[in-house]
Amino acid sequence: MANSYTDIPEIKFHMEHPMMQRIVELKERNFEDKGKYDYAPEDFEDAMDSYDKVLEVVGDINANVIAPNAEDVDAEGPHCENGRVRYAAKTYENLDATRKAGLNGMTMPRRYEGLNLPVSVYTAANEIVSAGDAGFENIWSLQDCIETLYCFGNEEQRKKYIPRVCAGETMSMDLTEPDAGSDLQSVMLKATYDEKEDCWRLNGVKRFITNGDSDIHLVLARSEEGTRDGRGLSMFIYDKRNGGVNVRRIENKMGIHGSPTCELTYKNAKAELCGDRKLGLIKYVMSLMNGARLGIAAQSVGIEQAAYEEALAYAQDRKQFGKEIINFPAVYDMIATIKAKLDAGRSLLYQTARYVDIYKALEDIARERQLTPEERKELKQFSRLADAFTPLAKGMNSEFANQSSYDAIQVHGGSGFMLEYKCQRIYRDARITSIYEGTTQLQTVAAIRYVTNGTYTSVINDMIAEVKANPAVAAYSNYVARIEAMAQKLEECIDYVKAQENQDVLDFSARKLYEMTAYTIMSLLVLQDTMRNAELFTKSLVIFVNHAESEVARHQNYIHCMNAEVLENYKQ
Amino acid sequence: MLKIIVLAKQVPDTRNVGPEAMTPEGTVNRAALPAVFNPEDLNALEQAIRLKEQNPGSTITMLTMGLPKAAEVLREGLYRGADKGILLTDRALGGADTLATSYTLAQAIKKVGEYDIILCGRQAIDGDTAQVGPQVAEKLGLTQITYTEEILECTKEKIVARRHIDGGVETVEAPLPIVVTVNGSAAPCRSRNVKRVMANKKAEFTTWGAADIDADPAQIGKAGSPTNVKAVKSIVFKAKESKSLTGSDEDINNLMKELIESNTIG
Repeated sequence: MANSYTDIPEIKFHMEHPMMQRIVELKERNFEDKGKYDYAPEDFEDAMDSYDKVLEVVGDINANVIAPNAEDVDAEGPHCENGRVRYAAKTYENLDATRKAGLNGMTMPRRYEGLNLPVSVYTAANEIVSAGDAGFENIWSLQDCIETLYCFGNEEQRKKYIPRVCAGETMSMDLTEPDAGSDLQSVMLKATYDEKEDCWRLNGVKRFITNGDSDIHLVLARSEEGTRDGRGLSMFIYDKRNGGVNVRRIENKMGIHGSPTCELTYKNAKAELCGDRKLGLIKYVMSLMNGARLGIAAQSVGIEQAAYEEALAYAQDRKQFGKEIINFPAVYDMIATIKAKLDAGRSLLYQTARYVDIYKALEDIARERQLTPEERKELKQFSRLADAFTPLAKGMNSEFANQSSYDAIQVHGGSGFMLEYKCQRIYRDARITSIYEGTTQLQTVAAIRYVTNGTYTSVINDMIAEVKANPAVAAYSNYVARIEAMAQKLEECIDYVKAQENQDVLDFSARKLYEMTAYTIMSLLVLQDTMRNAELFTKSLVIFVNHAESEVARHQNYIHCMNAEVLENYKQ
Repeated sequence: MLKIIVLAKQVPDTRNVGPEAMTPEGTVNRAALPAVFNPEDLNALEQAIRLKEQNPGSTITMLTMGLPKAAEVLREGLYRGADKGILLTDRALGGADTLATSYTLAQAIKKVGEYDIILCGRQAIDGDTAQVGPQVAEKLGLTQITYTEEILECTKEKIVARRHIDGGVETVEAPLPIVVTVNGSAAPCRSRNVKRVMANKKAEFTTWGAADIDADPAQIGKAGSPTNVKAVKSIVFKAKESKSLTGSDEDINNLMKELIESNTIG
């Protein structure tokens, strides 16, 4: 029987990364849940075995329920009826299967009925589900909004909401409005305190809300009258059981049809404040967004995997000029490049997830006791790494998902343009990934300070040193040299741009510097992966470094053509 | 609160038969066929889990007879919603036909003691006899409903079930305790539940041998099996049994006539 986890050894490879030792140690805290909960692990091996078995269940459900339903869900889409969402019929089958399998509240502590899984494992589940149906993945993975409620809500709210999410209730994050998209400081949905009922009331409109008719909403609203910027915004919890929020319409989208994107009207909707007033955007939405961005990175990797499988299967089957088209260099070039980017992007995704795991687990421990100075240092280090890597993982993988699904159609030729083939849905589904939860351009904005302040450069240097210290390095000295040359080009370009002391030139060159950084880091990651498992990754190392090297050189050329004077020609 | 017993069998996966499925001597090559949970027993398990959901406090006990590795189906049952498993394993039980098997299972069920409903698949994919469920009911003196597609209602006193019959369905009502065999057209079994997987991956099972169930040695295993397999043949359909048509009007007309005459269509 097909299984989308056990059939893809590359995912399991990342689940067995050496950093898992530390992650499990922090997440399980000396296995203190052992004996308290029958599903808690006894030791490291037991925990790792449980993760493996959980992902096997995800792989089973994806291969046998979610993926086979994807085309029907895409064709039907959700319906808006009397202010409520009715999902496509097969979406309910998917939800039923994931709920019965208990795949909810995956990262939540056991005391709230969660599975207490590391973010890395949840990320793998996310990737797997997305490969089956990226639209359904949206609905299902919004469960991770609960992280924000767990981090910033009070104990009463945790006890009230987390078990409900663990039991399969769905979530949404209601942020954007007609006039507040990328610029969330402009959010105007009004929150007023109702003295009589001792609760908050929400009034206004939200737009482009994914899964907007969910059971539990996190809402960004303006609680401070007279304010106009982010400092007047707070975060609220709206419970659908209380009523007051209706779906005015569902957007008619290009892709991810299974996921209802809603316009919501709030009419005196009762809500609870989550955390402190005025920290809604500044602190809580930033946390929500970082989680969501990692989620989109995982969704993108899933789409890349699906694009790869479709392209490969078609090319192996389709015959032209007397042979299967996979035998033509022009075709295998495309497929091999899709696979190399997939392996590199996936490696970046899990490296980011592991960084998130370590800092989040330490942050959680800090809620119970004071951290030791070493732990504080570790927290700071990994929190910074997670912040730096998240925009790379999201931006690069979403662009890869677009490029790879484009190429998957190209491999199909004319058939790829026909709606009968899966690759066209994958292509449509991929398109949003580089837009929502911050466009690639905004990922660049988030990353550029780490480019210019030397964070990435120091990560790259550390990685090079680590690779050089690996006893297996002798066989890869050629790659080390080539990657070092990329890193030098990057440094040289950073200096070149900085020396111009012109903000516009820096902003203009940012995307190129960002990509040069990402290609260098991904090359190093694929090299490290190959050192751990040559059989699985050697081909991708060869192909990816070829690709990355040419991209870095291309960007270097472009950056060198750029100055304030040249930039004038671009202004529209 | 219902006490439910599910009978399950580990079988060779005859749905995925490769070229090595038969030995040159014409017997089944068990090593080449992965062992799986008999598919219709999974349909039965799903009905059991639904009953348990509808009647909080109910328990599901899985019972299987086979080699020690048949415990895998018990574990699978626990992963999906069963509460405990009993493995009947003993060299003396080997080589049993349906008569000896149903006797052994009935003895084990008597030892379990309390039960309201015994569920099992209609038949196993290795033997395809559909005899064990009904024989268990006979040996325990219980009512039986076979070919069940869905249990519509079940209380401590009575059960209402929809059966799959030739050309349609029929809804029947019967008193408890009862044996219910479930058809492959019933709802498929839900997948594993991850909390149950983590909690039960190391679960241990009660193991019973012939002596534990007070079995009469003459009625179990090979000794208790009047059925003897004379030979198993691998039948390969040859091309001469098929017919090629050109697609011409004449060929199609002739085929239509032939099919109408043989009452295949029309």
